Formats: sequence, C-alpha cells, structure tokens
Amino acid sequence: MSVEGIGASVVRKEDKRFITGKGRYVDDVRIHGMTYAAFVRSPHAHAKVKRIDPSEALKMPGVVAVLNGQQLADDKVGNLICGWMIHSKDGSPMKMGAWPAMAPETVRFVGQAVAVVLAESRNQARDAADAVVVDYEELPVVADVRAAIAPGAPQLHPEAPGNIIYDWVIGDEAATDAAIKSAAHLVSIDLINNRLVPNAMEPRAAVADYDAAEDHYTLYTTSQNPHVARLVLSAFYNIAPEHKLRVIAPDVGGGFGSKIYIYPEEMVALWASKKIQRPVKWTADRTESFLTDAHGRDHITHAQMAFDKDHKIVGLKVKTHANLGAYMSLFSSSVPTYLYATLLSGQYVIPNIHAEVISVYTNTTPVDAYRGAGRPEASFLVERLMETAARQLKVNPAELRRKNFITQFPYQTPVIMAYDVGDFNASLDAAKKAIDYDGFPARKAKAKQEGKLRGIGLSCYIEACGIAPSKAVGSLGAGVGLWESAEVRVNPVGTIEILTGSHSHGQGHETTFAQVVADRLGISIGQVAIVHGDTDKVQFGMGTYGSRSGPVGLTAIVKAMEKVEAKAKKIAAHQLEASEGDIVIEDGQFKVAGTDKAIALPMVALAAYTAHNLPDGMEPGLKESAFYDPTNFTFPAGTHICEVEVDPNTGKTTFINFVAADDFGRMINPMIVEGQVHGGLAQGIGQALLEGTVYDDNGQLVTASFMDYTMPRADDLPSFNVSHTTTLCPGNPLGIKGCGEAGAIGSSAAVINAITDAIGNDNLVMPATPVRVWNAVHAKQAAE
Amino acid sequence: MSTVKLTINGKAVTAEVEDRTLLVHLLRDQLGLTGTHVGCDTSQCGACVVHIDGRAVKSCTTLAVQASGATVTTIEGIAKGDELHPMQAAFRDNHGLQCGYCTPGMIMSAIDIVHRYGGNLDEDTVRAELEGNICRCTGYHNIVKSVLDAAGRMKVAAAAE
Ligand code: FES
Ligand code: FES
Repeated sequence: MSVEGIGASVVRKEDKRFITGKGRYVDDVRIHGMTYAAFVRSPHAHAKVKRIDPSEALKMPGVVAVLNGQQLADDKVGNLICGWMIHSKDGSPMKMGAWPAMAPETVRFVGQAVAVVLAESRNQARDAADAVVVDYEELPVVADVRAAIAPGAPQLHPEAPGNIIYDWVIGDEAATDAAIKSAAHLVSIDLINNRLVPNAMEPRAAVADYDAAEDHYTLYTTSQNPHVARLVLSAFYNIAPEHKLRVIAPDVGGGFGSKIYIYPEEMVALWASKKIQRPVKWTADRTESFLTDAHGRDHITHAQMAFDKDHKIVGLKVKTHANLGAYMSLFSSSVPTYLYATLLSGQYVIPNIHAEVISVYTNTTPVDAYRGAGRPEASFLVERLMETAARQLKVNPAELRRKNFITQFPYQTPVIMAYDVGDFNASLDAAKKAIDYDGFPARKAKAKQEGKLRGIGLSCYIEACGIAPSKAVGSLGAGVGLWESAEVRVNPVGTIEILTGSHSHGQGHETTFAQVVADRLGISIGQVAIVHGDTDKVQFGMGTYGSRSGPVGLTAIVKAMEKVEAKAKKIAAHQLEASEGDIVIEDGQFKVAGTDKAIALPMVALAAYTAHNLPDGMEPGLKESAFYDPTNFTFPAGTHICEVEVDPNTGKTTFINFVAADDFGRMINPMIVEGQVHGGLAQGIGQALLEGTVYDDNGQLVTASFMDYTMPRADDLPSFNVSHTTTLCPGNPLGIKGCGEAGAIGSSAAVINAITDAIGNDNLVMPATPVRVWNAVHAKQAAE
Repeated sequence: MSTVKLTINGKAVTAEVEDRTLLVHLLRDQLGLTGTHVGCDTSQCGACVVHIDGRAVKSCTTLAVQASGATVTTIEGIAKGDELHPMQAAFRDNHGLQCGYCTPGMIMSAIDIVHRYGGNLDEDTVRAELEGNICRCTGYHNIVKSVLDAAGRMKVAAAAE
C-alpha cells in the first residue's frame, strides 16, 4: 500500500471547500432573472379540492404566476411512478393509484401540493401562497395500517380496494408450517418498526432553467442519482427528451435514501420555468421536508421462530404489514419485499422461511427507502427474535447465535439470497472482546448495588449491498438495471479525470476513488480528479444508494482502468522497444521488468495524444470507459453489542459502551469507512431511542419540526468502539462489500436488546423514550 | 426597508433590507456568503451559526437589522488567507465532516465553545455544548474528536501569541 493508496486513511480532498464555506449546494445557485416558488399545500390528510382561487394572490407584490394541477394535467405532464413491479400471491400486479405532482382533484396527505406561486422573491412567494384560497371538502382519514385495513375503512385510491397495494409472499409456507408444528420450542414476537423521517440536513431544493432558444432545460437538484432523475423526468413525466435536459446534482448535503426519488417539486419547477419563461428556484423549509420527503420503515410484524430440542432453528414465519403512505414512491414497493424478506435468514441456518408482506395505503407521507431500506427491519426482527429466544430458552444469547451461525459458504438461503462469504464467529468474537462481554455479570452486579439496571444486547446483522445484478433485479420486477459506469480520461500531461455515475453526498468519493486509481498507477491522489453529478459530463450512471458506490461504482472504474492500462502498456512497450508482457506499472512509471528501462506516465500519455509514434493501427488518445454489472449482491455483516444502564426512577437510558465489529471486505479508506459506521449507528440508535413519527387520527403529522421530532444530538450519543474483521468479497476485483448502511441496520436491535435485558421486560416499543422505559420497568415490577 | 451597516469578515458593508430579513438571508442572498446554511425553521439545527461580536449566534433567528453596527464573522472569514483556522484544520484531520452541510455552523459553534472554556474541555462538555447543532452524517463521534483536538491546537496558538 502506498501512503495514499488502498487501505490508507487519507484526509479528504473535498474537505477544503466545505470547511471554508465554499461548498456549492443547490440553494447556493443563483441565475439571473430567477423567480422563487412556494407551494400551496393541503392542510388536510384527505379531501376533495373543490376550487382554487388565486385572485388575491395574483394581486400581491412580486407575484409572477400561480399554477395548479389542472394546468399540469392539461400540459400532459405525467404522474409520478413507482419503478418496481410487485405481484401479489394471487398473481395480480400491485395496485398503483395515480399521483399527480399537484393534485387537481383529491389530496391524500397533509402537505400534498395543489398549486404553486412564482414570485420575484422568496418572501413574496410565500406570502402569496398563503393568500391562495382553496376550498376543500374533507374526506374520512386512515392514518395508520390498522385503520387502513379495517373492514369498511375509507378508500384512498379506486385502484386499490381495501387500501391494499399487494399481498406478497416468499418462501415455502407448507414446509415452514410443518417445521413450526413439530418444533420443540416456539418463540413468538409482535413488533412495530417505527416510521422515521430521514432529515438530511440540507433540505431538498431545485433550480430549473428553461432556455427557449434551444428548447433545453437545466435542473440543479439535490439528487443522489441525477441520471436516474433525468431518465424518469424524460421517459415518464414528459418534461423533455434526455438530450434537452441537463440534470446537475452539485454538492448535496446528505441523502440517506430520501434524495433518490424524483419528487413533485423538482418536476413542477422545470415545467413552471417553461411556463413563465424564467428560471425557478424552490428550496424546502424543514417543515416541508418533514411533510414531503419520503419517510422510512413503518412496519407492523408478527413472527414465529421455531427451534428443535438442541436449540437449532427449524423455521421462521413472518407476517408484516407495511405502510407505504398515500402514494407509491419510486422504489417503495421493493423495500418491504425484496430488500426486507430476502434478508430474514440473518446470519443463521434456517431451513424453512415463509414471509407474507401486505403493503397498504394510508393518508400519510409516502414511505420509501431510508438508510438500510428493508434490511434494518429484517435485522431488527431476526435479532429481537434471537434475543427473546435465548431468554425464553434460558441460554446465553451469544452462544445461541453461534450455534445457529452459517459457517459454510457459499450459502443459499431459502429466501433468494446466496451469501458468498463471511465469518460470523470472527465478528462475534471481536465484538465480545471489545466490550469485555465476559466481564458483564460483574458490572451488572455492581450497577445494581448503585440502584441502576445494567443490560447488554447483541445484534448479529447481515445485509445485502452492491445493488445490484441487473438481470436478477429485472426478474424480480425492477424497472431499471443497477450497473454502474465509469470513464477514465488520461490527459496529455498525465493527469487523470475519472467520470463516475456514482454520486457523493458525504461519502468522500473524491478521495476514495482517487485512492484506487493512485494505487494502481503509483501516483498521488492530487493527480486524479473525480467528476460526478452532471449529466452533461458523465454519460450515464445509476447513482449512490444501497452501499453500491464501492462494490459497483468503483469496480466500473477498475474495469475502465484495466483498459487504459492495457493500452498504455502497449504504447510504453512500443516506445521502449520491449514486449508488452514485460511492462509493469510502478511509481507512475511503465517499466520493463528486470531492467532499468522505464517511461513515465506523462510521456506515455503525451505519446498517445501526439500520436507521432504509436504502434501500427492504434487509435490516438488515452481514454476508456466501462459499464460494470455486478454478478451478485455483497454481504456485509458483523456484530454490534450495546451496554446500557437504565435508571429505574426516571426511565432514562445511558450508554456505557457501544461496539461494532464489522466485516466490509477490503476497505479503501478506513477513516471514511469508520465515519460511515458512526453515522449509521447514530441513525439506528436514533430509531431505537429517540425518533418517533407521530400522526394523529386526522392524519396531521404531529412531529413536523425539530422541536417535535427528536433528532439524535451530540449529548444523546456515546463515542463508538468500531473495529473490523475481514473476509474479502469474491464478487468484485477489490473485494469490497460496502459500508454505508450497516450501522443503521445492526444497531437498533442491539439497543433494544440491551434495554430489555436491563429491565427484564421484552414489551418495549421504539423509540424507547424514558417514559416508555419507565412504564415497562413499572409494569414488570407490578407483575412480580 | 431599512439600511444596515455592519462589518462582515473585516469589511464594512451597507445593505438595504426588508425589515423582516433574517441575517442569514442577508448573508446568503444579498452578500453571496453562502457558506452559512439554513437547516431548519425552528432555531434548532445550528447550520446557520455565525459570530456576532465574537459570540456564536444563530443567524436564522436574528434579524439583519438587529445586527446593524455589529461585527459579524462567518465561516468564510476565519482562515487567515491560505492558513486554515485550527478548528477548520481539526475538522479535516479528524474527518469531522461528511456532506459538509452542518459543518460551517459546527465550526463556528465549536470555536465559541473553545473560547468560552479557555480550551479546557472534555468529551461530555463538548457534547453538551454542541446540543444546538445537528449533524445527520457523522454520529458526532469525529466532530467531538475534532473539537477536542482543536481546543489543544488553539491553546498552543494562543500561548504562542
Ligand atoms: S437554520 Fe438556524 S438553527 Fe436551523
Ligand atoms: S456532515 Fe452532513 S450533516 Fe453533518
């Protein structure tokens, strides 16, 4: 490893602009003549739109136009789509209700837009939006899953009787039922996986600029995947053909899934900029983010896990109701199905698994992928079951897990996934050692003397990353391929530009991607620039989510590099009058192995571009591209262990220690990997302890600001003890598994397992706020 | 409309603003100092923190007219030319940022914390003091490390002056 190559914790190249205030986010973009958009949003969760009267608003200072959903429909702008087809167990396709970007007739969640005001300034637009009069006829509301599936419940969409989008199954039901029937021990659990609001710190924003002379649009937007945005805006929403639409995602302030989707506001901004022939800027305020960014999780699950007399798992049966909100967001259908139920085997040999997932409409904000997307829900379920089973069987929870670990790879689970490699004992041992697991009973006894309740909880998670083999996901209903592309441009002076379809919004690609290239050529990362986030520069790409940028995006770069290196070796061999097979690349030189003959990369590059002396028939230039489609998912896995202390008098939980021992395969930059883990842990711990999304019965989002929704703050969290074990992923040349989501996937179960261990009561829902913990402590005491 | 006169990052500035204009919007929209961010509408997140007369203040909760006559320092004004402020350097060296959106506010708050505690900080104090700044990316682990590191660097720098 060179000092800046693979495995080096290099400080990030991109940091200078962020720490000096020179980052360039969408809201920082200003275009001459720009107007500001403010949306008129429904205050009702379910209502008919009877009349929209903009007359007062139009008289107000600075107002340029007020546009509504009927005009959008008249202009044949398409409805929003869900790009993953799921079929119900009866074979019928999912029931998708229409989602217009601004509602012409019916609103189905609080905050849904019905009109937009364009004005000269932000304040003028907002003032005028308040002055648009909308008459609504309120309709009955279903604010949660139970209300939605109750007999006689109000219907949201005519397409979806009973508010059911699909009733999907996976696995062998008869075999699972038989295993459960003949089991020696059966453990049942009922769980709620609480709805979360992603809350990337940068609110969503769009700047749309229509150029009438060229009939061309430019959109600056807060996107994790600008090319997918362009594709969808072109192919489905009829905004403009792709060559007439440039999408730029500049610096983006966090995404966590919420910036994958193409939302109404971006689409309306583009359309409006043509309508008024002026650039349009829209920036969400935080309340709009709460109301309109796709939420995450929101499952209700009943599950049974069956064990034989030796405590080996023989079956797992799961029934989950997933709340997808009022409309089907872009990838919403896949999250509670193929990203959830396919991970229900966890780290364990479970010969029989059956899961049924019923997804429903409610009058709430749409739900889609949020950090982990389905996998945290699966991991939480399996790990709560394992812990509960250990308690009921009165065995050590670590040893019950160990007894059931998969140890032979590859391993085909009964739910599609084929795990390629792993060493679950290694991460369990590393985590136990890091937290001094064996010393816990003594610590617990000591805490007891001080009137405190100590608990320890494990979570041995596995997840699927490197999303995804296109053929496989295509066969499961995905509307897109999930490969990645890269282009390597070696300039005539030997500097290198890497164009990637991945998008960095905090992940540090400008550094890690450069490290991989630098490592291959033996040059410094300063000679390598990473170009991303602009559809005019990068030909295509599928973007960044599902921890795919390492295993998929970087592999595309490696494939393109291989082509560049092969050509450069030919040129070097020709220049050095050596045989191509003898050329090795070291320290930025192309050397003839075993001799002192060498030619430096800049001279090879120059030769490629002067083309004065190239091998016969060779094209000039040194630039190659590659599309890489993964052959399998990757399977990061590890063990999180959490030790907490609960004050029985206040219900307050205090962290004593939190350890994560993760296997991510090869790490390019361990410092950045650890940062990803820290952030993921904070989100998983936030889910477990703090973050609760509350709707009242009328479908009002009660927690629509940072005053009401408890974001994890510095004083809510401990410092983390993060370490790694390594099995290299055989599926890609770098051996990478991906690290972006693991923290959020494993940690919530560890926290809840620790608290329930401390208080001796398994009946505790997330977020485990002090009042809930206090109640659980006292319910236990009352029962005794 | 009102006229405000203030010193921003060492430069005298005069601006015409609507009475309701927030300081953060004067900085961002009128003066082009977009390093100061807006992350919320309830004065909770701290993405907007600047220094007014040397103290950390949420510029989303300050009217531009309130700052008239004051000396304002933003994230753009703390480095000395090419030399980063020790807090900026510590954030970079300790990977105290990911997406960078909370970072300007974090750095401005953190400098104020170090000043107020004279550099005598421990982890719990830093965590308690950072309660008004939300970061969704880092889990705060490396931010806390950065602030503690910078506190040491700033002590050394102060001693050298
Ligand atoms: S923008 Fe000022 S506190 Fe959030
Ligand atoms: S670095 Fe992204 S919010 Fe803090």
